[in-house]
Amino acid sequence: MANLLELQNVSKVYSKGLIKPEQTTALQPFSLNMGEDDPTILTIAGESGSGKTTLAMLLLGFIKPTTGQIIYRGRDISTLRGAEKLEFRREVQAVFQDPFAVFNPFYTVDHLLTVPIKRFKLAKSKTEAQDKIDEALTAVGLRPEDVIGRFPHQLSGGQRQRINVARALLLKPRLLIADEPVSMVDASLRASILETLRNLQRDHGVSIIYITHDLTTAYHIANSIVVLYKGAVMEAGDVETVITSPSHPYTQLLIDSIPWPDLEQRWGKDKIFTRENDGAENGCPFYGRCAKASDSCKTLSPMFRIEKYQAASCYLYKDRPVVDLDKLSETLPV
Amino acid sequence: MNSIVANAKKLNSSPAKSNKVDRSAFPILDVKNLEVTYFTDAGRAVALDDVSFSLKAGEKLGIVGESGSGKSTLALAMMRMIKSPGRIESGKVIVGGDDLIELSPEEMRQARLQKISYIPQGAMNSLNPVIRIGAQMVDAVRAHMPDESKSEVYDRCINSLRSVDLPASVFKMHPHELSGGMKQRVCIAIGILLQPQVIIADEPTSALDVVTQRQVMETIDKVQKQINAAVILIGHDMGLMAQFVDKVAVMYAGRLVEVCTVREMFTDPKHPYSKALINCLPNLKNKGVFQGIPGLAPSLLRLPGGCAFNPRCESVMDICKTQRPEVATLDGGRVVTCHKFTGEA
Repeated sequence: MANLLELQNVSKVYSKGLIKPEQTTALQPFSLNMGEDDPTILTIAGESGSGKTTLAMLLLGFIKPTTGQIIYRGRDISTLRGAEKLEFRREVQAVFQDPFAVFNPFYTVDHLLTVPIKRFKLAKSKTEAQDKIDEALTAVGLRPEDVIGRFPHQLSGGQRQRINVARALLLKPRLLIADEPVSMVDASLRASILETLRNLQRDHGVSIIYITHDLTTAYHIANSIVVLYKGAVMEAGDVETVITSPSHPYTQLLIDSIPWPDLEQRWGKDKIFTRENDGAENGCPFYGRCAKASDSCKTLSPMFRIEKYQAASCYLYKDRPVVDLDKLSETLPV
Repeated sequence: MNSIVANAKKLNSSPAKSNKVDRSAFPILDVKNLEVTYFTDAGRAVALDDVSFSLKAGEKLGIVGESGSGKSTLALAMMRMIKSPGRIESGKVIVGGDDLIELSPEEMRQARLQKISYIPQGAMNSLNPVIRIGAQMVDAVRAHMPDESKSEVYDRCINSLRSVDLPASVFKMHPHELSGGMKQRVCIAIGILLQPQVIIADEPTSALDVVTQRQVMETIDKVQKQINAAVILIGHDMGLMAQFVDKVAVMYAGRLVEVCTVREMFTDPKHPYSKALINCLPNLKNKGVFQGIPGLAPSLLRLPGGCAFNPRCESVMDICKTQRPEVATLDGGRVVTCHKFTGEA
């Protein structure tokens, strides 16, 4: 099976200062494969500072990895030039968090949709371009006559975000990177945007990397999940297994803190725990907040395979088989 | 921390002594027929239309609604902080017996923070980045109590910080030295400095991740119990409401369409809009089911005739398109504004 996307030991370290650089590891070495043939939705979950946006920026080629390679359909994306780079830019599309910030307020919505058509020469005539735009807008559940010719301020947040998805769809991408696409829209509109994304995957064969801190939406849309904390993978696996029976203490804390809209399911059964982070700088990043930590946690734990589709980086499961970092994808179902 | 509790007790017990009546049975906050309009170039927009509700001490009310439904306008109107072109047309906001709308600007300035305090949306960005936390807290106390001694003011600030689980060292820090959740807790600490009777929190956790959100909400819960204040939580996250509040009020296009207890809301929502809101929530049992609310929230300048929800309502009747539904009180004190229930009242 050919790989659409392959991450080989990709890490990112930001350094600050010229003479005595102060280094921050945003992403620990991370490997991942996504197959070309079966489109899937993979969630990258984590709180602020977990490295999830760094990962999105790396995947889009906006920043270069400190170590490792990102290989898209057999080519390292940092070596792409000219026509190949253009092809990559077309096939890998992004939807960002804030639907209010990405529009230029001086242009109508048409501008946002016609520029990519011109740039990538997708249509031979104006009518063909118009047909494509109408088709993309209809696919995301908007009526073209409602939005064409409007300025961004005349549209709601949900409509704007769907136009962003339509723009991405127009280019017939193979991979869509959605960085918190629903965190800024109302709950009543979230459902329709998530449904749009799922239909993209199901009907148009687009693989989606869904980056979020909201595990409820991740549970509803994704097939598999990778939980990051301070740049390291804490848990990975099938979304159903990870959310209903989390194994890593961090995932357990996250799931316990979700405010479920259910009166019977109260949050916060476990108290939030903190301790001095003595001598664990190179160990498990969760050491300082883990109630179950022991001395062995002062070194970084490998991934242990708990189920066929669940692995956690925690010594609580040290009697289970170890998963090599570059085999992480085997624990992710498609 | 103890002195806060003691002060709170003093505050609550002194009126009770005079007439020996259980104060908790009376509403501490009573909002009556509040109406706010914005005068724009495109016309007059009624952002709050005949809003009435009441709250007892220690009660927690959640106000939910889509963006543009008037939630934040309601909070600002209760603080009398509506700016031009907006105006409070009519209504009463009674806190502990006094109508805030009647107060002079100077009396209102005194009432803010002392009777009613407001934790704004994105509160962590409201701290001044170049002034130490302590100075900003002292500033707030001084504005209300110019005669209190320096050490009393200091003690009050430290107690307030302690009650939101922050170390006293935060007093000397600048905002950039704190994380988002800590800044939010500083804002809560400022909000409770003078033990107000009503605390309004406008989406206090919208920019925080789930674990921090839980810590902040637990903090609000704790200080609310300490000073026995009524809390109004504004937001659009029904999950948070289920976990935190006692009563829920649903807003739509400037009107309260339903007010009931959180249990009634989740087990038996009456208004079709509340039903739709509950149904579009993701939970563990309905994986992969996406049910949004069709249509869009109406513009306040061009409200549909009759009930504002009628174009999106699934049980719309002929009367909904022509006649505006009136507020109906059902058995058990639930309030619903819908033609389906006007007959039962």
